[in-house]
Amino acid sequence: MDSLIPFTTSGSLVDCVDRKMLVVLRDGRKLHGVLRSYDQFANLVLEDTVERIYHGNAFAENWHGLFLIRGENVVLLGEIDLDLEDEIPQRRQVEYAALEPYHKNDVEVKKQREEAKAQILYEQKGFCKEGGEGDGY
Amino acid sequence: MLIFSVFKTLTDQQVTVELKNDLSITGVLKSVDQFLNIRLDSIKVLDEARHPHMMAVKNCFIRGSVVRYVQLPSEHVDTQLLEDATRRGSSPRSHPFIG
Repeated sequence: MDSLIPFTTSGSLVDCVDRKMLVVLRDGRKLHGVLRSYDQFANLVLEDTVERIYHGNAFAENWHGLFLIRGENVVLLGEIDLDLEDEIPQRRQVEYAALEPYHKNDVEVKKQREEAKAQILYEQKGFCKEGGEGDGY
Repeated sequence: MLIFSVFKTLTDQQVTVELKNDLSITGVLKSVDQFLNIRLDSIKVLDEARHPHMMAVKNCFIRGSVVRYVQLPSEHVDTQLLEDATRRGSSPRSHPFIG
């Protein structure tokens, strides 16, 4: 069974523990924090978590603290390359309160676009509605 | 089990994973598990401008349930073998990927 270690959730996440990670959730939120624990369902424990929002060239952070994230809400867990993070052509960090209205607007626009798309797919293109039973997203 | 085995034979190959949130990531497949969770190294995000949060990420773990498509390198997939394996049924003993 030794050869199966890379082929389990635990086998592939063990080297991410105690590192700074980015977690993308199904609702589109981006959380940065230190991964402290996880299990086979990708339930995650993140410490010193901040939520990041982006708009245009700016980003903002909102501090949250300790998170236990239920696995079903996880889209992606990315390891942040700290060197690469410093090299990125600098984005401007601004106050969270200042950026939040823009971000909320972005989210709303995206939601409307998705709804319009789903409506067309359902009414004109013969697709079924998303979010049904067993859709898993 | 069959598809899990197929993914296992594709480790260290370059694949493109398209997620249900329309994010597409190309990278080297490092591991896969029973839920088809995928671990990618040296990732590159298509349309990086739309996904600025991914710029500092070099490798990532993708939950199987959020994957829409995986684009495989066709030269490393034996479709004939897959077809045969499918016909034979996918009990672990009868398919060719688990030795």
